[in-house]
Amino acid sequence: MQNRFPLWKNLLVLIIFLVSLIYSLPNLYGEDPSVQVSSAHALAQEQANKIESTIKTAGVNLKAFEFKDGRILARFSNTDDQLKIADLLRDQMGNDATVALNLAPTTPAWLQKIGADAMYLGLDLRGGVHFLLEVDMDAAVKQAEERYTEDLRLALRDAKIRYLSVTKDSAFIKIKLKSADDKPALFDVLAKGFKGLKITEPDEQDQLWLQMSEVDVREVKKFAVAQNMTTLRNRVNELGVAEPVIQQQGDNRIVVQLPGVQDTTRAKEILGTTATLEYRLVDVEHDVQKAVEGHVPVGSKLYYDKNKSPVLLDKRVIVTGDQIVDASSGMDQDGRPAVFISLNGVGAAKMGKLTQANLGKPMAVVFIENKVETKTVNGQKVRHKEKVEKVISVATIQGVFSKRFQTTGLDSPQDARNLSLLLRAGALAAPVDIVEERTVGPSLGQDNINKGVLSFVVGFVLVVLLMAVYYKLFGMIADVALAFNVVIVVAVLSMLQATLTLPGIAGIILTVGMSVDANVLIFERIREELRNGNTPQSAIYMGYDRAFATILDSHVTNLVVAVVLFAFGTGSVKGFAVTLIIGILSSMFTAITGTRMVINWIYGNRRVEKLSI
Amino acid sequence: MKPTHINFIGNRKIAMTFSGILMVIAIISLSVRGLQMGIDFTGGTLIEVGYQQTADLTALRKTLDESGFANATVQNFGTSKDVLIRLKLEEGVNSADLSTKVLDAINKNAATPASLRRVEFVGPQVGDDLAQDGFLALLYSTLAILIYISLRFEWKFSVGAIIATFHDVIVTLGVFSVFALEFDLTVLAAILALIGYSLNDTIVVYDRIRENFRKMRKTTTEDMMNIAVNDTLSRTIMISMTVFLVLVSLFFLGGEVIHNFSIALLFGVVFGTYSSIFIASPAALMLGVSSEDLIIPVKEGAELDRMP
Repeated sequence: MQNRFPLWKNLLVLIIFLVSLIYSLPNLYGEDPSVQVSSAHALAQEQANKIESTIKTAGVNLKAFEFKDGRILARFSNTDDQLKIADLLRDQMGNDATVALNLAPTTPAWLQKIGADAMYLGLDLRGGVHFLLEVDMDAAVKQAEERYTEDLRLALRDAKIRYLSVTKDSAFIKIKLKSADDKPALFDVLAKGFKGLKITEPDEQDQLWLQMSEVDVREVKKFAVAQNMTTLRNRVNELGVAEPVIQQQGDNRIVVQLPGVQDTTRAKEILGTTATLEYRLVDVEHDVQKAVEGHVPVGSKLYYDKNKSPVLLDKRVIVTGDQIVDASSGMDQDGRPAVFISLNGVGAAKMGKLTQANLGKPMAVVFIENKVETKTVNGQKVRHKEKVEKVISVATIQGVFSKRFQTTGLDSPQDARNLSLLLRAGALAAPVDIVEERTVGPSLGQDNINKGVLSFVVGFVLVVLLMAVYYKLFGMIADVALAFNVVIVVAVLSMLQATLTLPGIAGIILTVGMSVDANVLIFERIREELRNGNTPQSAIYMGYDRAFATILDSHVTNLVVAVVLFAFGTGSVKGFAVTLIIGILSSMFTAITGTRMVINWIYGNRRVEKLSI
Repeated sequence: MKPTHINFIGNRKIAMTFSGILMVIAIISLSVRGLQMGIDFTGGTLIEVGYQQTADLTALRKTLDESGFANATVQNFGTSKDVLIRLKLEEGVNSADLSTKVLDAINKNAATPASLRRVEFVGPQVGDDLAQDGFLALLYSTLAILIYISLRFEWKFSVGAIIATFHDVIVTLGVFSVFALEFDLTVLAAILALIGYSLNDTIVVYDRIRENFRKMRKTTTEDMMNIAVNDTLSRTIMISMTVFLVLVSLFFLGGEVIHNFSIALLFGVVFGTYSSIFIASPAALMLGVSSEDLIIPVKEGAELDRMP
């Protein structure tokens, strides 16, 4: 028995080792806390110069200032400086640019060129916020039904079909016609514009009951999630976060991960509320005082403004939030905070018609916020929805306007900014509710990294010592393979850009303990074969050969469990499963092929009297 | 280590009795006390804050009490400077904003403000889902392994391996129940990893039994098993030691967040090693494994052995 590897096998092992080594290198370089400034339009050189001088005069330690592709990246040596500058720039830039915190890798250019990146750290290691949002599907469907009801009324009017009522109860949208003779015309209207509705004909001849079809409901739900995702993406961009993650999870949930975000209150405010504006005419014909006493006239609704004084408004809405295409904040001519709004075609037309007819009359802006709270009442989980409606301004219509106009009456520039942000991001299709939050402060993240690394190093050294003492030279060879294994795991994690979490580090540590298993099995076999009187060369051969089936069996079971864990695990637990899977696979390679190569180099192809095992 | 000749199988009654007692204690505790479920499964809010100096828990409790968080539990976490505040899901309280309110409350009158280290809020729906996913993970991994082992081994061995594994899982869960240790997602992950580890150990012994059946047709089943367990003993102990060492390192140095994860695996490794020596083989023996059972699988196994 020669115990020699062919040249290609030696080369293969060495190449794999070399590639792994290179791709795990970026992890040795740290990251700089940095501030990233970007804008919808590329920043100009003079802007960049201005920002650079702002930072330099702020008295912080600026490590590097990079201006590339219209984006600025300023690197600092500590997070305090980074936060200070971020706040400073946010104030200075206002709405013009997005200022985001980032951790910029210090990987050398040649490594970046071959696509080698450091491992992607999970939120528990880098700090940040994780939100799980749930889209309220019932509300989405209800909104769609309301839209249908409204559209039906319009369509009936347009087709000149006289009706008594179009109402929505829990199951149906019920149309009551003035005369049953109009039914054929109604069917025409439905066939033209309302194919998604299922028609039921009740006993009453003058009625028709409509219902959204299942396909339609499914579409509405799908759309609700998709629109929410888009809106969230916009909002997160406004928040200024580098590398945010927004993903759908299951049918109705959305994961939002904001690495590096400190101010969770603001993040929640921005993400969690849906806000919209409605423009309504003020009802000047009726007495407000009477309405307060309980006699609200039909066709009007009682509101309160910021100062809690009552305002009576027309029930009909002129323009709603979803007709708003753009919104920005600033100051009006008198220096008051204002939001500048642009409408789409439909909204503009309506607004133009109305302002023309009501010149000189007051118009009100109603700000509507949908807050969703989950409360537990009598052991039941109750979703409590609160609709806060507030009149934010009443102003006389000064002139005819349609597409562009402004709204004033806000408390502060900050309010104006938040409102414009919410409006620009669009009204959410359906309310969302935060059902899970995990926030990790930056200090804890760094702590977790330090502890993870320390326990890894100590665990690794202990195993290495034990193996070397117990199996002598063979043990040391196994130790080399073990180190090789860790390098491969790190390299694969870096290449896949899989998320490394604290349980993930624990997974690597556990892999260190378990991956020597294959070597223990092999070495015990070799010892046994030696005891049975085999020559050293054949003992090595038989040891590897016979241990293989056992190694395969035991690793496959571990792998099966790790894969199941990956399939069902969430968040950080998934990170554990990932490292475990990679660790198990690569340990099969290092512990069997890797050690065999070295042992063949040392003992192969010559007479051997005694093995150091 | 010199080859050993310990009569493990002959003394199986002692081991079985010992395991039986452990299992009974574990099951009683699990059904009476249950598990101290973490907020991952129950829902709730958990806030970790850090202070510059030793935290005054009494004052903190008083502050929270006065601010209307009477049901908050306050305790040190890891060091005396770190404090963990837990809040259960409560009737009529909006939970999503709770963490902000609590932090405001404790920092309002404090001389040195606490820094926020971690917030975890899990809504009731999510908690239910995580618990369900966890249960499914346990179920599917058991099924998948059952299928794999019954393909590779005769069914009596599969059942034996499952018994040994269940033993380890139940007893480890029992430890968590008896000592009221918190059972969260990471512990569930540890339990699943434990299933893999425990089976791994058992399979190594079974592999040897199968091999010995081939070589020594004349020996009784009981003796054969004894020889197999003794043959693999040094390997079993060695691998348990390496895993144990890394876990000890993780337990002492890995930090509080990963503490219960390490505890679960530490106990799991101890029980897993014990069960693969004392429980797995006797279980298969009691199910009536004999050399006839292995004739066909031996051939299959032999073919597989030669596969690269």
